[in-house]
Amino acid sequence: MAAYIIRRVILMVALLFVLTAAVFALFTILPGDPARLTCGKACSPQTIEANRHRLGYDQPILTQYEEFLSGLVVGRTYSADSPQPIVCNAPCLGYSFTRHEQVLTLIAAAAPTTFWLAIGAFILWITTGISLGIFAALNHGRWPDRLVMGISLVGYSLPSFFIGLVLIFFVILKLSWLPFPSYVSPFDNPFQFLQTMILPWIVLAILNTAFYMRLTRNQVLETLNEDYVRTARAKGLPEGTVVVKHALRAGLTPLVTAAGMDLAYLLGGAIITETIFSLPGLGALALSSVLESDLPLITGITLVTSTIVIVANLAVDLLYAVIDPRVRLA
Amino acid sequence: MTTETGEILRVSDLRTYFPVRSHGLIRRVIGQVKAVDGVSFWVGSAETLGLVGESGSGKTTVARSVLMLVRPTSGQIVIDGQEITHLSPKALMPMRRKAQMIFQDPYNALNPRHTVGGIIGAPYRIQGIEPPGGVRAAVQALMERVGLNPEHYNRYPNEFSGGQRQRIGIARAVALRPKLIVCDEPVSALDVSIQAQIINLLRDLQQEFGLSYLFVAHDLAVVRQISHRVAVMYLGHLMEMAPRETIYTAPLHPYTHSLLSAVPIPDPKLQKGRSRIMLEGDLPSPIDPPSGCVFRTRCFQAQERCSVEVPPLIELAPGHHVACHFPVATLPAGMWTARAMLEAEPDVPVHRPQPASGQVSSAQLDRLPADGRPDSTRLRPKVRVGRSR
Amino acid sequence: MTTPGRPAEQPFLEIKDLAVAFPTEDGLVRAVEGVSLSIERGRTLAIVGESGSGKSVTAQAIMGLIDRKIATVTGEIWLDGQELIGLPADDLQALRGGKVAMIFQDPMSSLHPFYRVGDQITEAIKAHRSIGAKAARARALEMLRRVGIPAAERRIDDYPHQLSGGMRQRVMIAMALINAPELLIADEPTTALDVTVQAQILELITSLQGEFGITVIMITHDLGIVADVADDVAVMYGGRIVEVAPTGVLYAQPEMPYTLGLLSSIPRVDRELSKRLEPIPGNPPSPIHLPLGCVFQPRCTYWDRVAGGACLSVRPDLLATGAGHLVRCHLPAEERRQISQGVLNVVAGGS
Repeated sequence: MAAYIIRRVILMVALLFVLTAAVFALFTILPGDPARLTCGKACSPQTIEANRHRLGYDQPILTQYEEFLSGLVVGRTYSADSPQPIVCNAPCLGYSFTRHEQVLTLIAAAAPTTFWLAIGAFILWITTGISLGIFAALNHGRWPDRLVMGISLVGYSLPSFFIGLVLIFFVILKLSWLPFPSYVSPFDNPFQFLQTMILPWIVLAILNTAFYMRLTRNQVLETLNEDYVRTARAKGLPEGTVVVKHALRAGLTPLVTAAGMDLAYLLGGAIITETIFSLPGLGALALSSVLESDLPLITGITLVTSTIVIVANLAVDLLYAVIDPRVRLA
Repeated sequence: MTTETGEILRVSDLRTYFPVRSHGLIRRVIGQVKAVDGVSFWVGSAETLGLVGESGSGKTTVARSVLMLVRPTSGQIVIDGQEITHLSPKALMPMRRKAQMIFQDPYNALNPRHTVGGIIGAPYRIQGIEPPGGVRAAVQALMERVGLNPEHYNRYPNEFSGGQRQRIGIARAVALRPKLIVCDEPVSALDVSIQAQIINLLRDLQQEFGLSYLFVAHDLAVVRQISHRVAVMYLGHLMEMAPRETIYTAPLHPYTHSLLSAVPIPDPKLQKGRSRIMLEGDLPSPIDPPSGCVFRTRCFQAQERCSVEVPPLIELAPGHHVACHFPVATLPAGMWTARAMLEAEPDVPVHRPQPASGQVSSAQLDRLPADGRPDSTRLRPKVRVGRSR
Repeated sequence: MTTPGRPAEQPFLEIKDLAVAFPTEDGLVRAVEGVSLSIERGRTLAIVGESGSGKSVTAQAIMGLIDRKIATVTGEIWLDGQELIGLPADDLQALRGGKVAMIFQDPMSSLHPFYRVGDQITEAIKAHRSIGAKAARARALEMLRRVGIPAAERRIDDYPHQLSGGMRQRVMIAMALINAPELLIADEPTTALDVTVQAQILELITSLQGEFGITVIMITHDLGIVADVADDVAVMYGGRIVEVAPTGVLYAQPEMPYTLGLLSSIPRVDRELSKRLEPIPGNPPSPIHLPLGCVFQPRCTYWDRVAGGACLSVRPDLLATGAGHLVRCHLPAEERRQISQGVLNVVAGGS
């Protein structure tokens, strides 16, 4: 088991390394002049050259990469020789010239919003998805099953912005059940936090519940036919225990995979939902950074979100070993 | 082209090992599963050699290695006079005309997307042979020969029962009139009432086409029905090889005795009064087999010599080979061999088979050198004599 | 099948006219029809049949494992004075694993791959009595020793894939017997095992049966196993019982042509080798399209001896033909016995 974990961790570190190179290559070797993007329309060639020097874009690629990497570890100082050095604390993800802020600070400010959005929606869709999936499986072939599957298909096919806008229109505008969303930290004003987040949570959940419902239903249907479930019944276990402890647990692996990846993806920002509900999360940040061509910020966000996915991958692998003892020996 | 000895198949010192990789960071090869560990035998023309053993004996690996479906680690395989272990897959093609295989699971051995006609006719296409009258006519003749309706030429395997699918597999194997067919547990997955049909079919085909069979199975009763000679395997080694009736009425190897005593006889009077040799424990690991004789950890008469020296396969009587330091013809009191059972008095009059000529009698055993007899000082017995109700 | 000389008492298990049917896309599958059986306490009944004979479905009906939302189950099953088919689900659940236990064919797939062996056994204990975790574990350990698992203290925390086939089946037996059931149903318990392991497991079951006074139903297709362990035998074909007899009688004088066919067509190690086996011609019937009349008729060699072709159109009843011997066949008793003797003599005498 320990060897399994260590092997996975080492693989992850190697992958992260490759990731930094890929991201770096992507954004530095792209056609276009990164220095030009550092200031807006009113840009004199002198400013561009100055910025190029300050950001180190005039250096050879490998040196740039080196500085990038070392910046991630210990932080770096841009244009240390100039009268106004810009300090970038470790881990230095870059410096946004358009916003005059360290990328890390920007991301750190936006991250909690995305975090709460992702976690809330996740809990919502996991609980509804799995329970509805079990319900459908137990009523396999009969009308409750078909009804649930039908609804899930509808929810699955509607685009998130559509659902979001419809909900805003009815719930906020027409019925005034909720005020306009305005994000606050849950520690500052929990009530307003909930009022703001409930609709975005529902939007994201509707999308994913459908998928998890189907997946759970299929997994449970399959495992309910297995011999060990028959044994569980023969032992006289209550049906609920049979379904959850024996059938569901056995079919958990694909669910864990999907959940891990979906959560990781969401933690990187749900662009559409955040934009519609004006939530200042990573998704909104990413969108605006692209619209403003703020290269350092784009690079930083890409790095962060990719890292989250890779780490989630590791977590999922470790979870497999917890769920399925046969995996521990692999 | 047959050899002077009329042998279709000769296997010499066959070894097939599968590597075991470590679970650490780097997957090094840390051991070998010695599935087949030095097996030698031959199959004559128009003869069936039954290869019996339990799970882990290596018999299935032998079957696959003989046809090069699994690459042997070392050893020689000579089919119809040609040595094949060093041949490339392409060079093996002509051999495949002469040696075919019938598989165990009729539900998995046939491609569900091919028609029956296509399946049986495939050998002709693959080997580039045009039978007189065309492929279709030849296939339909084959179908009829194995007991299928030739009009079902265009049906798919899932429309047939298990027994019928096995017939399809047999028709396919026989299409090119091979000399040798390796049968890997061909009736184990079939219902009892169908097994007899398939066994009869195989025997008839053997008569008609002069086929040789290497018949691999775990069911001793089935093997008896179709084999001329029988070889018994345990943990990758050949324990005993002899003409059929000798194995069943006068075996010499302790494992063969144990196997035979474990087979329940469908006769309540005989079976309920019978004592059995109970083998304790489980099969040892084929990665780390016991030293010396691999059977010694479960043998009811293992001695010190058994852990030191690997017993060679010696011909103790014409055609009767045994790999044991202390072969035993008569079992200790209370343990019954097949022969002893026959000398009991069942209600239904039973024809007692005469001992095959050339088998070793107890008297002959007595004349073997001193170390051929069990030592009076014994190691702790590995056997429990079980008495059924 | 009451023992002669004892006052007639209720048999321990009595099945009356059991029928189980499943609707499928291709039609109604009559898996079991008109099955009636009885067993005395402490005896072993073997139910013999091939695939599709309905033997497993019968066993599952006794255990209450058949999903009543899908299948229709009719008839009566009386266990120790209690009727099971009409029993509410909760009461049935209390019986399963408690008074009645079952072991299955493939021990690898019948044990949950994700849970430790010991935990699966303690789960069975806790389902039927309130007992602390430590006490439950101690009982499980004791049972593992009793079924002959070496180094049980270590094995109890193993996962199923770490054990060999024989050991897994022993674990299943331990799990089934942990609550001291009065009836044990063994559904092909040794089919997936080697013959030497089979001998060990059968001997284990027999000795535990003697020790705990359990009534055993052994389901199998192997006539050797039947000869070994059974007091009485019921032969099933096409979802029906076609012959019932004490074991000795069944082998000495089978009267149903199917039983006769089985006994004379199986390969054996003890008798003179017949030049050719005499198989039962044809294939087992489809449970959807059962033959009219006698279900065995399409494969029977003797049906044309029955006057008026009754075998083609009339379902024969299960009727007594001797002490404890019931047969479902239209042939007159005398003729059946003649045929039976004739065939068995030929088989025994070698051809």
